[in-house]
Amino acid sequence: MYAQMIKSEATEDDPEKLAAFQARIDAGEKIEPKDWMPEGYRKTLIRQIGQHAHSEIVGQLPEGNWITRAPTLERKANLLAKVQDEAGHGLYLYCAAETLGVSRDDLTEQLLSGRMKYSSIFNYPTLTWADMGAVGWLVDGAAIMNQVPLQRTSYGPYARAMVRICKEESFHQRQGFHIMMAMVNGTPEQKRMAQDALNRFWYPALMMFGPSDKDSVHSAQSMKWRIKMNTNDELRQKFVDETAPQAAYLGLTIPDEALTLNEDTGHYDFTQPDWSEFHDVLADNGPCNVERMSARQKAWDDGAWVRDAMVAHAEKKRARKVAAE
Amino acid sequence: MDQTLKDHLVAFLLRQGDNTLVLGHRTSEWCGTAPALEEDIALANTALDLIGQTQLWLGYAAEVEGTGRTANDLAFRRDAYDFKNLLMLEVPNEDFGRTILRQFFFDAFQVPWLDALQGSTDERVAGIAAKSLKEALYHLDRSSETVIALGDGTEVSNSRMQAALDYLWPYTGEMFADDATDAAMSGAGIAPLPSTLHTGWRGKVAEVMTSATLTTPDSTFSHKGGRTGTRHTEHLGHMLATMQVLQRSHPGAAW
Repeated sequence: MYAQMIKSEATEDDPEKLAAFQARIDAGEKIEPKDWMPEGYRKTLIRQIGQHAHSEIVGQLPEGNWITRAPTLERKANLLAKVQDEAGHGLYLYCAAETLGVSRDDLTEQLLSGRMKYSSIFNYPTLTWADMGAVGWLVDGAAIMNQVPLQRTSYGPYARAMVRICKEESFHQRQGFHIMMAMVNGTPEQKRMAQDALNRFWYPALMMFGPSDKDSVHSAQSMKWRIKMNTNDELRQKFVDETAPQAAYLGLTIPDEALTLNEDTGHYDFTQPDWSEFHDVLADNGPCNVERMSARQKAWDDGAWVRDAMVAHAEKKRARKVAAE
Repeated sequence: MDQTLKDHLVAFLLRQGDNTLVLGHRTSEWCGTAPALEEDIALANTALDLIGQTQLWLGYAAEVEGTGRTANDLAFRRDAYDFKNLLMLEVPNEDFGRTILRQFFFDAFQVPWLDALQGSTDERVAGIAAKSLKEALYHLDRSSETVIALGDGTEVSNSRMQAALDYLWPYTGEMFADDATDAAMSGAGIAPLPSTLHTGWRGKVAEVMTSATLTTPDSTFSHKGGRTGTRHTEHLGHMLATMQVLQRSHPGAAW
């Protein structure tokens, strides 16, 4: 998802406190910033929320690639609004992470130094306008699968951020589908763009959920803490089940000959993505890893004089106010 | 309305819509790369407001023109010499300093301009102005505060802002250069002469530049040719090549 392969942290806390903490979670209580929490819970959440926040920020880039080429004023406005929402999601999430004792600058520094990751999906290029449709439909669609249950996650600030985010994400997903509708009802070139976008984004979208984690101890711990609500396979299946009929409605072909509705299970059978490609992307060998990180690094470096000036001005203003009193 | 006045009204509306379109486009180029997350959000918000205003101005221009063209046709199917925006708005962003100072110069014009247009004899113009003014007031608050902060901030930021000021200054005069279209709009009570706003604009600029510890150049020279379309900069063609690529490559396609 926007947070992939999050390892839970081992925790070495007082067993009694741990048991009481677990009891609160099992009773469906929300954990708030000032409450006692195991160190492992705190660290795992920082990693998960931070990765999600970074994904929102880096995720602006593949769509920003098309804002200046949006084909109509309406599409340009919609895309701008969407990218603005994503920056806003980044902001809520960094704020949620700050309640766990880590600053936004610290998280940014960890992203830029490569110690923290963002979702693998944003390392894929956006090559035609149809990719704006595919990203909304598939990428936001996949993100929603994970984010809707996270509205019930145990950590209060994270759950509340997710409520706001989900409202906007479902709007983005519909907007993406609407772009795809226009493309498939358009000229032969537009239909070709739409199919090509689906071909390129299908497997990377399936990878967003991460490899199967049904045997992962990290996932088991996170699920116990209710900071992960479903297994990766459950969410991937739900995504395929919802998306396959949508592709059929659009008249597009999902690039998987094995995709069929299994009458016995009521679910679609489908081909797993190439997990070696996923691991390549995570190892910085995706098609756009270098570009994405250098774009973020450049923005950070180019903006340093502005951030420094803002701080200096605020200090001068404070000093002048004190002097005047 | 006689044909000459109608032609002037179309030119006037194109000037309004092209200004917001071109500045909105430049602002949108910042997507995902601003100095801080808050600035990313604010720049996207500003671009969004400007593109929204463009839809209204160009939509009305297309109606008055009455040849069946739409706002999108006007935005995406005209060549550079038919664009009527100020040159100042089409020059590249360069850095955050120039971007925000240009925004301030424009906002400091737009606020009194839109305020005056609210009293236009053309009800549609008055309506678009009233809606746009709410946004322009917010833009002016933000751009003037940011210019002051960056001018006052550090030695580095001050020298960057001074460089932006020296670069942009010769482009500001074009905002106040009246011509036959302005005379026709003024005569019909549709809009005031832009030159009547010059003194007030200079006052607002002087106030902000003083707080920002920046020095306004003495020169009164001004580049012209944007709002008449007679001589744009070399930059506009590149902007349009990017902006119009899909509409030009796929004529007649619906998106």
